[in-house]
Amino acid sequence: MASAIPSPRLERRAAPSAVASAVVPFVAVALALVAGGIVLWAAGEPPVAVYRAMLDGAVGSRDGVAETLVKTIPLLLAGLGVAVAFRMRLWNIGAEGQLYLGAVAASGTALYVLPDAPAAVLIPAMILAGMAGGAVWAAVPALLRARLQVNEIITSLMLNYVAILFAEYLVHGPWRDPVGFGFPGTPRFPDAAELPQWGTTRVHLGLAFGLAAAGILWLVLGRTRWGYEIAVAGTNARAARYAGLPTARNILLVMALSGALAGLAGMSEVAGIGHQLQRSFSPGYGYTAIIVAWVGRLHPGGVALVAFLLAGLLVGGDALQMELGLPAAVAPMLQGAILFFLLGGEALARYRVTWRRPTPIPGGPAPVVEPG
Amino acid sequence: MDDVTSLAFLTSVLAAAIPAATAILYACLGELLCERAGILNLGVEGMMLMGALGGFAVTVWTDRAWLGALAALGIGAAFGALHAVLTVPIGANQVVSGLALTLFGAGLSAFLGRDLVGRAAPDSFGRLHVPLLGDLPELGPILFRQNALVYLSYALVPALWFFVYRTRPGLHLRALGENPGTADALGLPVAALRVAYVVAGGALAGLGGAVISLATNPGWTENVTAGRGYIAVALVIFAGWNPLRAAFGAYLFGAVEAGQFRLQGAGVPISSFFLNMLPYLFTVAALVLASRPAARRRIGAPAALGQAYVREERA
Repeated sequence: MASAIPSPRLERRAAPSAVASAVVPFVAVALALVAGGIVLWAAGEPPVAVYRAMLDGAVGSRDGVAETLVKTIPLLLAGLGVAVAFRMRLWNIGAEGQLYLGAVAASGTALYVLPDAPAAVLIPAMILAGMAGGAVWAAVPALLRARLQVNEIITSLMLNYVAILFAEYLVHGPWRDPVGFGFPGTPRFPDAAELPQWGTTRVHLGLAFGLAAAGILWLVLGRTRWGYEIAVAGTNARAARYAGLPTARNILLVMALSGALAGLAGMSEVAGIGHQLQRSFSPGYGYTAIIVAWVGRLHPGGVALVAFLLAGLLVGGDALQMELGLPAAVAPMLQGAILFFLLGGEALARYRVTWRRPTPIPGGPAPVVEPG
Repeated sequence: MDDVTSLAFLTSVLAAAIPAATAILYACLGELLCERAGILNLGVEGMMLMGALGGFAVTVWTDRAWLGALAALGIGAAFGALHAVLTVPIGANQVVSGLALTLFGAGLSAFLGRDLVGRAAPDSFGRLHVPLLGDLPELGPILFRQNALVYLSYALVPALWFFVYRTRPGLHLRALGENPGTADALGLPVAALRVAYVVAGGALAGLGGAVISLATNPGWTENVTAGRGYIAVALVIFAGWNPLRAAFGAYLFGAVEAGQFRLQGAGVPISSFFLNMLPYLFTVAALVLASRPAARRRIGAPAALGQAYVREERA
């Protein structure tokens, strides 16, 4: 029974190896592309041609890069919001609804509250309204969690559907453009509500919001007492309680900040791209933001980088639809796969493989096989 | 305009509520097993979508809906296994792994199902009129003129209740979620059992998806589950991890969903967008109720839910 062949054994490390941590995201992306390629090939599509079309669409031309930057904006802002919440182990998966509410609040400001204001007044007002809309929407699950210990995962998610239906009600009903040719949407915003665009591209000022937010968050999370409180509450809730940190207040603040960033993403979409509120203006940015946050390691810099990469994936998916007639769903499929491989890789980085010869003690107990 | 207060209206709402609830009920029972074993799986939505698509695709190929239902069980189990491998032996974050499963399942089903959108179903689970019982006034049309998958769920609910609360393996299952260290000390293969329950939960979620694509609205469209997987997760909490209460919650939910359509049909002057919000708002309200301290004391969650178990780290 006892063989002399050395057998591999997983040993747990005290901390994930630094090399592995740095390499894992890249390996995860590569493996996800391989796995996605197998799916494509099995479905009768040529993987190499598909990936080439996606890469071409995303970064192969000036327009492609510009479009990738355009889609980076909502992913970056909403991704930062999700990352802030996840840092405190608050599983806010309601970014999509918060984004919608931010867009609704900003649209209402532009169309009905300050329709005649100059840009210098209107745009800051829309920013505030958008952030407030997202923050209020996120405050609902935050309050339920802080006061009644209601699981925020489910409530924040359910409110996504409510927010999207509310926006649909507005654009089909009271806010509908009377001369909209049957397309459900609000009237076009006044010119003062449009975010300036970069040259002839669609890249708009929202990119500056996103980069500024990333910089500020990097400072706040890494350099302030409050950022430290969040980190402590996230890694060890019990320690935070013993240290007397105001948990309930921080839950509210963190979720409101998280929702405000998603709301700003919604505001910048309607003010920078749509110039009106349309039904389903977001192709699930709030959900992709969850992947952006996690793959970006909940770090503002990582979030910015991953937001750009996943935006490229989305633009590439759209290119597939136009050029090869494939569903754009290839992009979310690959995103899910990346997340899977990253999770597996992260966990495995905490282990090291050792080769050992089994040395059975005569008459002693059989070697214990660890469950994992 | 129908009279929305008549008995006939109520009967028609409840008769539609049962099949609408059954998809959620299967998924909810699956998640219940999984969480009883200590593993949170937020990938129910993705597993349901893959089950719905796989079940429909197999039915299109074989012309047999029951083969489709079997395939949905298998596909759900396979996707459950993905979550199980990541969360049990590897110990990855259960929340994020479940979300990844949902995103992956939604994207993959939309991609693979691209040619099946709008295809007519060659076979589906139609209504079966149970002799005698189906002729009962009111109860007959509500309970006994339903499809075969509904009848299967009638049997599964009490069977699972009996399993969880009255059998030795059921006791072991509860131990896995309450205190895996003790279960380990009893000599139970904690990791293997947890994997098995996550896989079984996935199979039931897949079957729940097939209820939609093979019985309630035969066919396939992208994202046909529309959040029902997450509603199932919420109902597990509402049900206090008890199969009988899960059935009650699912039927209540089905009544809200069916009632919303019937109210629209009856011309009730409330915007359909607000009526469509009802199931989601109802879920939030149900969670708030289930989270009251009094309810919490009575039905407490499995204590080790969401925590990976590694023997060396036992406290």
